[in-house]
This record gives sequence, C-alpha cells and structure tokens, in this order.
Amino acid sequence: MVTSDKISGADIFFECLKREKVEYVFGYPGGAVLKIYEHLYDVDFLKHILVRHEQGAVHAAEGYAKSSGKVGVVLVTSGPGATNTVTGIADAYMDSVPIVVFTGQVSSHLIGNDAFQEADIVGITRPITKHSFLVRDVRELAATIKKAFFIASTGRPGPVVVDLPKDVINSKCQFVYPEETDIRGYKPTYKGNSHQIKKAAEIISKAKRPLLYVGGGVLMSGSSEELKIFAGENNLPVTMTLQGLGAFPGTHHLSLGMLGMHGTYWANRAVDNCDVLVSFGARFDDRVTGKVETFCLNAFKIHVDIDPTAIDKNVVVDLPIVGDVKHVIAELAAEMTSPPDTTEWLSQINEWKQECPLEYENKDGRLRTEYVIEKISEKTKGEAVIVTDVGQHQMWTAQHYQYNHPRSNITSGGLGTMGFSLPAAIGACFAVKDRPVVSISGDGGFQMNIQELVTAAFNKLPLKIFIINNSFLGMVRQWQELFHKEKYSFTDLGASNPDFVKVGEAFGIESYSTNDPSEVDSLLDKAFSVNDRPVLVEFRVVKEDMVFPMIPSGASISDMMVKRLNPKRMI
Amino acid sequence: MRHTISVLVENHFGAFDRVAAIFSGKGFNIRSISIGETEIEEISRMTIVTEGNDKIIDQVIKQLNRLIDTIKVVDLTTSPRIERELALIKVSVPKGSMEQIKNINDIFRGNVVDITARSLTIEVTGPPDKIDASINLLAAFGIKEIARSGIVALKRGEQIKINKEKNLTT
Repeated sequence: MVTSDKISGADIFFECLKREKVEYVFGYPGGAVLKIYEHLYDVDFLKHILVRHEQGAVHAAEGYAKSSGKVGVVLVTSGPGATNTVTGIADAYMDSVPIVVFTGQVSSHLIGNDAFQEADIVGITRPITKHSFLVRDVRELAATIKKAFFIASTGRPGPVVVDLPKDVINSKCQFVYPEETDIRGYKPTYKGNSHQIKKAAEIISKAKRPLLYVGGGVLMSGSSEELKIFAGENNLPVTMTLQGLGAFPGTHHLSLGMLGMHGTYWANRAVDNCDVLVSFGARFDDRVTGKVETFCLNAFKIHVDIDPTAIDKNVVVDLPIVGDVKHVIAELAAEMTSPPDTTEWLSQINEWKQECPLEYENKDGRLRTEYVIEKISEKTKGEAVIVTDVGQHQMWTAQHYQYNHPRSNITSGGLGTMGFSLPAAIGACFAVKDRPVVSISGDGGFQMNIQELVTAAFNKLPLKIFIINNSFLGMVRQWQELFHKEKYSFTDLGASNPDFVKVGEAFGIESYSTNDPSEVDSLLDKAFSVNDRPVLVEFRVVKEDMVFPMIPSGASISDMMVKRLNPKRMI
Repeated sequence: MRHTISVLVENHFGAFDRVAAIFSGKGFNIRSISIGETEIEEISRMTIVTEGNDKIIDQVIKQLNRLIDTIKVVDLTTSPRIERELALIKVSVPKGSMEQIKNINDIFRGNVVDITARSLTIEVTGPPDKIDASINLLAAFGIKEIARSGIVALKRGEQIKINKEKNLTT
C-alpha cells in the first residue's frame, strides 16, 4: 500500500506495526523516542504496556511470544534504555524467541559523538541478535521493519534490533509497505531432504531401542500434534529438554520427562542405552549431554533441526536432516513402513522408572518445593502456563509439573536469566486468556525484577505469583555443598530478604505466606479462584534440599547422583 | 590448518563487522582479510585467511552462512584456486646497492613506484609465498615499511553461482 501524503517516521512506525498485526508493545518512554510516544497517544489498534525497567519489557515480550507463537515487540529509548534490554535480548537469542526490539537512537549527525544518552546498541547486541538494523533514512524505515518481523519469526526464530535515530523518526516521506520481503542471503530450509528422511524412517523401523529426544523446536514449529501421533503410532518413547517440556504430554505413557543434568533417572538411562536417538529441534546442549565423549555412545543419531549450525556442533551425528520439524515429522511418518517392536525396550524403561522414581521426603511435616509443584500441577491439571525463573525451583518444576499443553512451559533455559519469570509471566498474561498463568520464582530471582509487580498490579492481570523461598540461592548453594567444600559464600539470603507479603501489599497485591504443607491446598485454591487481579503466595520451604537426580557438569550418565547421601538439616 | 575462505556479502552497514565477529567469537585470528567490490554492484567479496582445526572451521562456515547479509560462503582451501596479494615494500638503499635491489625487483617482476636518494618503494604482486620471498631478499638492505593487501582469491574454472542455497549437503 502507498500513501500519497508524506507522513512522519513515527506514523510509519505505527502503520507498519498495524500491518504486522501487533497487539501489544512492551515499552518505556524516553528522549529519543518522544515522537513515537506522541503519536502513540492517538493509536487505538495496539496497547502499550508500561514496564518499570527495560529488561522487564524484553522478558515480557519473550513471555508473550513463547505463549502465543507471535512476535513480541519492545520499544525503548536510546542509551541506558537500550543497554537495559541487553540481558533480555541475549536470553531471547539463546532460546530462539521471536522478538523485535525498537531502540531510540540519537540524531544521525550525533552518532559516534558520545552524545547524551547515546549507546551503539547495534554494536553491543551484534553477537546476541539474529540480525540488527540501524535505520539511516526514513525512506528505508518501512522496508526495514518488514524485514525485522520476517527475520525474527522465520527459520530458527530470534531477536532482531531496529535502531531508530531521532531525526529518522521526525522526518517525513511517503509510506510504502512492501507486500513481501525477499532477502537474498536468508532462505531458511523448511523441507527436509527426502532421501535422508527415507533413510531415517528405515533406521527407526528397524530399531530395537529407539528414543525421541525433543526440544523447543517442536513447540516453535507447532508440531506437538504430529509428534504425538508419530510417537504413538510407532511406540516410541519421548524425552524432552527443558525447553521441550510441553511438546509431548507429560502424562502420556510414552513420556519419560526431562533428560540431562537434572533429568529423570529413566530418561538418562534410556539415552545411555538406546540404539537409535532421534532428535527433533534440540541442540545437544551441554546440560543435556554432560561429557560429550560418553554421551549416547552406541546409538545411531538422527538430528532434525532447521538451523544447519546446530548440526554436529556439540555431538557429531550419523544422519542430519536440515528442515522444519513439522515438515520432517509429517514426511517421516508417511515413510514409516512398519513400527519397530519396542515392547521389551519400554518394559526395560519402566523397570528403570520403578528402580528410581522421583522421590522426596514428605513425612516430616516440613514444606518442600516438590510438594508445592505437585499441588500446582494437580490443581491446574497440567493446563496452566507455567513461567519459571532459574535455579532449583525451575528444575523441580520441570520434574514435577505435568505439562499437558504446548506453549505452557516458559523458562529461561540457555542463558539462565534470574529475574525472568515475573516479567515473562506478565507478557504471557496478555497472550493467554483461557488458561491460568503462573509465575514461579525463587527468593533470589524474584528480587531481580521485583519492580514489575506494579505492571501486574496496574494492569489487573490474573497472574499467580508464587515465590519459593528457601532463604538461599539454592542451586548455587547446592553446588557449594557438593563441589565447593560447603563454603556457602554469599548465598544465604535469609537475614537480608524482605518481607515478601509486605512487598506484595505495598504494590497493592493480595499476598500470603506459609511454611505449612497443610495450608498449601487452601492457598492455591484461593489464588486460582481470583481472576481479576494478581495474587502473591510465598512458600517458605526447607533450606537444605537439593535437586536430584544430578549429573555433575561435564560428567557422564554413569556419574549420576540419584539421591542425597547424607542429608544435613539447616536451620 | 590454513584456510582461505571467500565470502560474498551484501554491501550493507555493519555486514563486514558481523563476518569478522564470527571469527573473533570463536577465538580465531584472522591472518588476512580483504574486501572489495564484485561484478554485482551491491555485493562485496571478502577473502579471509585464517587457521584452525577443521571441525571449528566447519562451524565457522555454517555460522557465516547463517548471517542474513552473507550470500555465499566457500572454503577454497581444498579447491584449485588462484591466490594473489599485493605488497608495497619500502626498502633502504645503502650506497652502491641500487643495482642489486633493482635486479631483485626485476626477478620478482616488481615495479618501482617511488624513489628517493635513500629509499625505494617496490610494488610486488603474486601468490603470498612470492611476496614472502621478495621481502626476505630485500630484508638484507633494510626494510623501512611494508603494506600488504591481504589475499584475494578465486576458484579456478567456472563461476560459482551466487544463488545462495542454505541446504546442508550431506
């Protein structure tokens, strides 16, 4: 479409967002983007959500993107506004989240002069973006925004930064929005090589101990349904990465839960003993493989990924298939001549499951995270959107929450960003209206973006804010106990933590606290019955618990610590 | 192992930085890098010489391919190729050695491009080992300054098609 009149860069900006069907922009105003905020005043087709720190805006956009599958949009000012987005952008890059971050920039003639609130954000974010643009002429603005959304959302998704100098936003030109965009150097491969797929089908058919190892790529490509059918028809057990949880129903009899460092005993034993490993949209991360030299040694490895750089990066595979998981699973299913006989294999896995189930101490009357998570799973029937932070509670949630719905597990996996949960859950609230959204944080991470409580309160989001308070940076404490001579250096937050109930109330949020297992039911019922405002519940859990099973960093599956040998009680 | 990598890249703001950043991000030194225009107006060719083990080079090439602004990435290392470099060598001319230096220059088919009473600037073009050899010989007279262009390279024979397909050949 073309406008005959010249319009300003700020108007063009909104015309583009309208055409990209943007519903929400998470942002924070400032000097360099004043013109955009001036025009925002008259915009009615999208809603601007004011955060209280730019990092919160990026995580909110991530939460929105991960729960909806749409592109998350961020708008911030230049300099500190832009640099505050860096952690969020790095997070989105590691977990392949489609977001577009618009940053204000000083006027073109001042760039490079150390002008007030100037930062070279394109330079700073170069290694952590899928791509970035500095718009140098208003006539390039519309085409650039079109490209930014296209790049962020296609292929392996990722963050794109668009830097907008003040003069570009202020100058005028005719608005032309390209119908489509064609980037010569960017042609993601969607369809897998048919010959390779056929070969894969033959190998899976003949396998005796096959295992599907699935990651976030299954969720991003929207192929959970295809996966369910493929695994079901061929009796293939499925293990998931942290990002992959939800891609396959946790309650399905073929689900082995999560693999890797804190994965289930039986999933890791299955990886160690399988004869064919089929990876869909996962990247053989070091938290999954442990020591690469001993990882899944005897299996024939098939790796399906849309990103060629993921192939052979960590683990050399026998049969790579570059393509979109959705296309490849469909074609693979069609090529399967007969399902492999996995009866014996499944009963072996079941034996491992009996041998070492996920257990925890629950008879001493003290409150434990696993119990809280099990209760949340039970109350929500695995249908909630669960947004976790980073650390012990994140691993316990991964182990004990039975995700039954795709796009229900939102967590910072690759970067491991503490402070992710609250703002990301806020973003998810704008995308998901029909299912509860739950933010679970530790007491440490919760304080890293605590300011976003106001965003939840002001927008009356029906968010459940659960704090698992063990008075420690629990995962770091766990490593200190296991590997650092029990020197609990700066991980004990007990003496310095604020009163979380008072914090919640100061933001106008109904808040509760308990350390009594018998109160968990009623507090959760109360929290899930409120649907027009946020509710905060602090669960004061035991301090000394550790997450097991655990494969120490860089170790082999045979080094798995299944249980704590001599639990120490910490008061 | 030494690798010569040819990258066709859009002539966009920041595109060169992105290419160079892939190497620095992997902790690789770039031994030489040259950038210039090509037969297509908005496309530049970067020729990069680096060293590293084959597995990491393989990753580097995939990551270069992944960049939005790269159109074609070819590792020329194992292909028949033409490699050329240009060097400007400013050499001292001790008394009575002018003829000797000019002889060396002739042998390497160099050009004298600047002359003063005490120095001579020679332009030498050729494969990198020829440049090295000429520098080694001239070193006896005292070298004041050297500027090398970095290697440019093309595959021998047919043109490499520019249509970029990101399929992994397996």
